[in-house]
Amino acid sequence: MKDADKKRLLREMLFARRFEERCYEAYVERNIGGFLHLYPGEEACAHGVLEAARVGHDYVITSYRDHVHAIKSGSDPRAVMAELFSKETGVSKGRGGSMHIFDVKHRFMGGYALVGGPFPLAAGIAKAIRLQGGDEICICFLGDAANNQGTFHESLNMAALWNLPVLYVCENNLYGIGTRIDRSTAVVDQYKRVSAYNIPSAKENGQDVELVHKAAVKAIKHVRSGKGPYFLELMTYRYRGHSMSDSNAYRAKTEERMWSKRDPVIMLRDRLIDAGKLTLKEFKDMDTEILDEIEDEVIRFAAESPEPHIADVEKYVLAENDPWVRGGAE
Amino acid sequence: MAEIMVWEAILRAHDEELANDPMVIAMGEDIGVVGGTYKATLGLHDKYGEERIIDTPISENGFTGLGIGASFLGVRPIIEIMSVNFSWLAMDQMFNTAAKVRYMSGGQLQAPIVVRSPGGTAHQLGSQHSARMEKVFMGIAGLRVVTPSNPRQAYGLLKSAVRCNDPVFINEHELMYNMKGTVPEEEYFHPLEGSEVAREGRDITLFGYNISVHWCLQAAELLSKHHGIEAEVVDLYALSPLDRAGIRNSVSKTHRAVIVEEAEPAVGVGAEVMAVINEECFFELDAAPVRVSALNVPIPYNHALEKTALPDANDVVEAVRKIFGV
Repeated sequence: MKDADKKRLLREMLFARRFEERCYEAYVERNIGGFLHLYPGEEACAHGVLEAARVGHDYVITSYRDHVHAIKSGSDPRAVMAELFSKETGVSKGRGGSMHIFDVKHRFMGGYALVGGPFPLAAGIAKAIRLQGGDEICICFLGDAANNQGTFHESLNMAALWNLPVLYVCENNLYGIGTRIDRSTAVVDQYKRVSAYNIPSAKENGQDVELVHKAAVKAIKHVRSGKGPYFLELMTYRYRGHSMSDSNAYRAKTEERMWSKRDPVIMLRDRLIDAGKLTLKEFKDMDTEILDEIEDEVIRFAAESPEPHIADVEKYVLAENDPWVRGGAE
Repeated sequence: MAEIMVWEAILRAHDEELANDPMVIAMGEDIGVVGGTYKATLGLHDKYGEERIIDTPISENGFTGLGIGASFLGVRPIIEIMSVNFSWLAMDQMFNTAAKVRYMSGGQLQAPIVVRSPGGTAHQLGSQHSARMEKVFMGIAGLRVVTPSNPRQAYGLLKSAVRCNDPVFINEHELMYNMKGTVPEEEYFHPLEGSEVAREGRDITLFGYNISVHWCLQAAELLSKHHGIEAEVVDLYALSPLDRAGIRNSVSKTHRAVIVEEAEPAVGVGAEVMAVINEECFFELDAAPVRVSALNVPIPYNHALEKTALPDANDVVEAVRKIFGV
């Protein structure tokens, strides 16, 4: 990876970190409602994988921890924040919220709030790609705990059986809500579980964006070349609780300290500084610039945007004026 | 007008829609090489190939979700769930995804899938193969529910459902696939909303759907012959959204109503139609509406018990006689 790309990735990951931290504050300020699942600590996963994808061409789908995946897919951070602020200018017009970020023009096919729900949707998107003859792939990001749903097994079986162009990325943050993986899952190594479906897989350090990128290049090459699905397990850690309503009391401080030493942003920063490509001052300036951008542009846009019209509450339930409802085009 | 069976009508609709649009596909258990449990896809695998006529694993939630995902990109899957009892397993994807995705994406995505499934009780299939689930589907915003009572509707409803941009659940019936009826020779698209007057009458309205339309029609003949009561039979082929105007029009004419459903009474079609009557035309009523429903039991295996648990035309006649005191 070129130094310029590394520096850009560092900025993108730092932006993602600050964006999510600002979401936390906005939630406390009651500008964001509902459930809010934040991504700090896991930035290298989405950034490393999507850096290797054709963003805007390949389809991306994920769970409810979806803000950063959408932004890396091309979404305007202001429209993502406006969605969290439940505004008409939000990516999903204020109808979705944090767990349902959709931005189809960038082929970000949504965040879904049922654990494991996107597994078959991703296989279906891949099936449609095949029927339409394109060279896109579908990339599905989900957490480790989703792999204990039936949809995991049902979808991997079909994806393998029909050789579908789908990359499943498992962001293994070691906890399913508040239950540690070894207390919920018989086979802790997730990449091993897909061998039952003859799907090639790999496990990688999900904190090092360069390693993630390298692993994703290999995985995406496999999928795009028509060889069928691939499963990539990324070992990572979320700094906050599962959602804002999670007290996060179930994790040992020693464990949290250990993972904080593997921070994906700091790791890349220090690597660039050690290589003489970045100074600490430049990094701090970058951080200040990002904080200002989030406050002056992102938050301001979200705060000043209009709410949806109350009269539109029944819009988007069904298709509008669909002629086939009346039995024909006339 | 040709006279064909329900399964032939469904097969014809599949064939025409597959020929019309290369993005139409069919999927489900045993629908390809075998041709479908009820022959509704017979011969299509040979004609259109395995990329479009897909034998799925027995993974109802998985393959329904796969169809939904494909529909996001403009594919129009016709998904057969072999028995409505198995569709419980696919409700997660149907309700959580297909029914909600247009709304929660602010109109960016739609899931134009068709899910067809035989509901209703057949003969001695036992509790887990005799469910009647239309009441569950019709309670979900964002999902259309239709249920044909004859080959013409079975053909035309499927044709419109494939082209409609909303997810449509088609509730068929295990006992009705061999039922004969006339279907237009030319292409025909049935409306997905509304109701049909299956028999004109002036004294009372019998509301039925799917198989219960036939119980209503039998009952109407018996009532006319033995009691001089002329019942109107309204076929509610669209269960969601319900035809409020059609319900109001008929009750405003007859001033009495019986709703006939194959399912248990609670939270069902009968309860819903009664609520619509209350809301639309309460002061037109000359008698309190009555519902004829199944007993509130899991369907038994024993034939006599099974027959007891389910309503039939005689139960409809009895309900009407009670209303008129004859």
